[in-house]
Amino acid sequence: MEILLAIMIGTLYAAGIYMILRRSLVKLIIGIILLGNGANLLIFLLGRIAKGAPPIIPEDSKVFLEAYSDPLPQALILTAIVISFGLQSFAIVLVKRAHKVVKTDDLDEMNATDEYS
Amino acid sequence: MLSAILLGFIFSIFLVFAGKFFKGKLAVLSSLVPLALFLYFLSFLPRVSGGEVIRQNIEWVPSLGLNLNFALDGLSLLFSLLITGIGFLVFAYTAAYLKGHDYLDRFYGYLGMFMGAMLGLVLSDNLLSMFIFWELTSISSFFLIGFNNTSEASRKSAVLALAITGSGGFLLLAGALLLGGVAGTYSITEMVGLSDTIIQSDYYLWIVIFIFGAAFTKSAQFPFHFWLPGAMKAPTPVSTYLHSATMVKAGIYLLLRFTPVLGGEEIWNTTLIIVGGVTMFYAAVHTLFRTDLKGVLAYSTISVLGILVFLIGLGTQYALTAAAVYIIVHALYKATLFLVTGIIDHEAGTRDVTRLAGLRKVMLPVAIAGFLAALSSAGMPPFVGFVGKDLVYESTLHMGSWSIVLTIIAIATNILVLYAGFVAGIKPFTGKLPDGLSKVHLPSFLMWLPPVILAVLGLIVGIFPALIDGPLIKPVVDAVGMTGSEVHLKLWHGFNLVLGLSALTLAVGFVLYLTVKPSRSKERGIAKLDFIAPLNLITDFGNLFKTFSNWWTRIFQNGFLRNYVSTIILFLVVLVGYSLFTKHDGIPIDFSSFSRMTYYEMIIMGIMFLAVLFVVGARSRLTAVVAMGVVGYAICLMFVIYSAPDLAMTQFSIDTLTVILFVLVLSSLPKYLSISDYRMKAIDGILSISFGVLITLIALEVLSEPVNKEVSNFYADNAYVLAKGKNVVNVILVDFRGVDTLMEISVLTIAAIGVFSLLKLRLRRDDRELKD
Repeated sequence: MEILLAIMIGTLYAAGIYMILRRSLVKLIIGIILLGNGANLLIFLLGRIAKGAPPIIPEDSKVFLEAYSDPLPQALILTAIVISFGLQSFAIVLVKRAHKVVKTDDLDEMNATDEYS
Repeated sequence: MLSAILLGFIFSIFLVFAGKFFKGKLAVLSSLVPLALFLYFLSFLPRVSGGEVIRQNIEWVPSLGLNLNFALDGLSLLFSLLITGIGFLVFAYTAAYLKGHDYLDRFYGYLGMFMGAMLGLVLSDNLLSMFIFWELTSISSFFLIGFNNTSEASRKSAVLALAITGSGGFLLLAGALLLGGVAGTYSITEMVGLSDTIIQSDYYLWIVIFIFGAAFTKSAQFPFHFWLPGAMKAPTPVSTYLHSATMVKAGIYLLLRFTPVLGGEEIWNTTLIIVGGVTMFYAAVHTLFRTDLKGVLAYSTISVLGILVFLIGLGTQYALTAAAVYIIVHALYKATLFLVTGIIDHEAGTRDVTRLAGLRKVMLPVAIAGFLAALSSAGMPPFVGFVGKDLVYESTLHMGSWSIVLTIIAIATNILVLYAGFVAGIKPFTGKLPDGLSKVHLPSFLMWLPPVILAVLGLIVGIFPALIDGPLIKPVVDAVGMTGSEVHLKLWHGFNLVLGLSALTLAVGFVLYLTVKPSRSKERGIAKLDFIAPLNLITDFGNLFKTFSNWWTRIFQNGFLRNYVSTIILFLVVLVGYSLFTKHDGIPIDFSSFSRMTYYEMIIMGIMFLAVLFVVGARSRLTAVVAMGVVGYAICLMFVIYSAPDLAMTQFSIDTLTVILFVLVLSSLPKYLSISDYRMKAIDGILSISFGVLITLIALEVLSEPVNKEVSNFYADNAYVLAKGKNVVNVILVDFRGVDTLMEISVLTIAAIGVFSLLKLRLRRDDRELKD
């Protein structure tokens, strides 16, 4: 299964970069989101994956009695998901605003700081 | 000694506050500062000529080896006396020369700063503090050359001079650091004792190159000489003081100072002889083609600096004695000629030698000074110039097989220096006074007395060379490592070959002066060769470098996001990929440890893969956003299967929110245009896929490595024991790393405020028009 996940991560990265390289603003945002998903999965995979063993201590115990999946990558990814939402929402609104002011969708036409009409 | 150096700086800081009182009649009082310093240094003369070296050590930054060590030996004393003595005359002269100038106080401030820096330079025994003072002289020179800041030529020359001498300073720092590394000390006195170690070291060649670079740029040696004629844009007192008598001799000082450390080697001597020889002859020839008095003097100064470098290169007792004498000779007569030129310029309003004649009738004392200085520069007995020239010939004649060539070059240079001296010191005063100049009158005594003093001094020292021989010259020769020198200065050596050569020089020089007249047409003639002049070659090089920098910047800072991204990705793929495939024997992937695939997982993967393809290939925004949502939900399912319930919940809600947000603003988002052509798409596709492959390979390889669970185990073991929580992920977030989470919330809040203000921001009509 790991190999399939690794290929999937590679696919997400490739798609993300490809979308970032487009000239359309909306595609840029979608590329960033895909890249973020790929990164989350990568961290998840590298923390080693295990089925049916969530990192939750059983009701009647104070410590883990059986094997459990690694909580650390999960904590990291949880933070990452939330932060990337902050980034995405801001980027989406920024693009909307920029489009309204600059009236272009082409990144190539937005390569100077002070020329808009 | 430190207070003596600081006095110059204190004086200039003092002028910042009290400058306005020193602009008028009081200006002349500022010359008391160098006079006091001159007397102070003069008081050391008996002790130093007795062979004593006076030291003062102050710890500054001992951990860096940067201490303020000062040493006053013969060489330093000679320079200190020149700096303060000529400084005194120049300070006094300036009071009249720039009388009533708006920025006279500023000018004195720069001069004071320069004097302090120059004294620090020649008194420092620590190489690093010497470097600092060295740079300070360059900086004050920059301000003084650019003093007429309304003139573009002046500003340009200032920048050029700073560029050349500044890069030389950079080389000095490099040389100093190398020397310090090799010798293990920055004290020059200690380096003299370690001379053998330094010469044997692998870095010797580099040290010599760096020190030479510093000295040649500062002392205007070919091919770095061109900043000096440009520096003549400065007011004449500056040319006298910095660009003839003192600052340009800093390179000479450096070479003399390091002769006992680095000298005596083939490369040291040969390089100096060649560079000095080329400079002195090249610059001397140039004087024939100048009509501006200061131009003539600038080139003859370069020529003399060349002679000095040449003499240091010869490196014999005779040559080094000659160098020491020549420093004094040159300071005396060249300063005089510059001051005389300044007076002519100030009173007659022109420095064009073709328009000047007969001025002796209106300014006799100045004419006398010019006449005496010209004779001294010619090396006419009984002037000190004669003593100096004699020694030069003595030293070239003692150079074995090369002596004939060297002597001929020396004679030719001296003939031309004589010519330059006569043009500057005699020509403007002889002949018939043109009508236009009949109203010219003698300036205040403050201006004409300094050159007369210097010129008469040249005569006195020439008649009684013993005045400088024992007290000044011998300690200098001792200081450069030639202890127990047998060379003594004499005016009369008897009838010998040297006297004959002197007579020849004088005779040819007179003939040359009488036959060759400076003229505009010759000046224009040589201007045709400007395209191969070092000035233009180096300027062209500078422009080329600028073009290259612009080109380079345009390539890398092109303003296209995708170019930045693709450059970064390309380098990453090539570099990491290269090391992945070369540093390992294949890629060890341990397939046996991987878990089994189940069919529902494969279905999820398949959905996700298709969704990604949909996102990439979608033709409408809505399709892409929806497909992206599918990718997110598929990831969510993966989290569910692989025991990460918290992640699944977060991913689910966030993904939903993102899609909703997208859809909400979709109508006002730009249309989903496909702009790129197929070629671009193919290139980007290949780049992206290779990047994806690289990530996959890295992931697989990392999976084959052992994993460190120390931190995870700590959290798992202590989640309930310490934090009373059973969901370990939550405990990490809200307890163990609670502050981090607080920060995360702050970030989200900031993002939310940003989103809100971007949505609510309405540019008012006038604002928008303003920005349009």
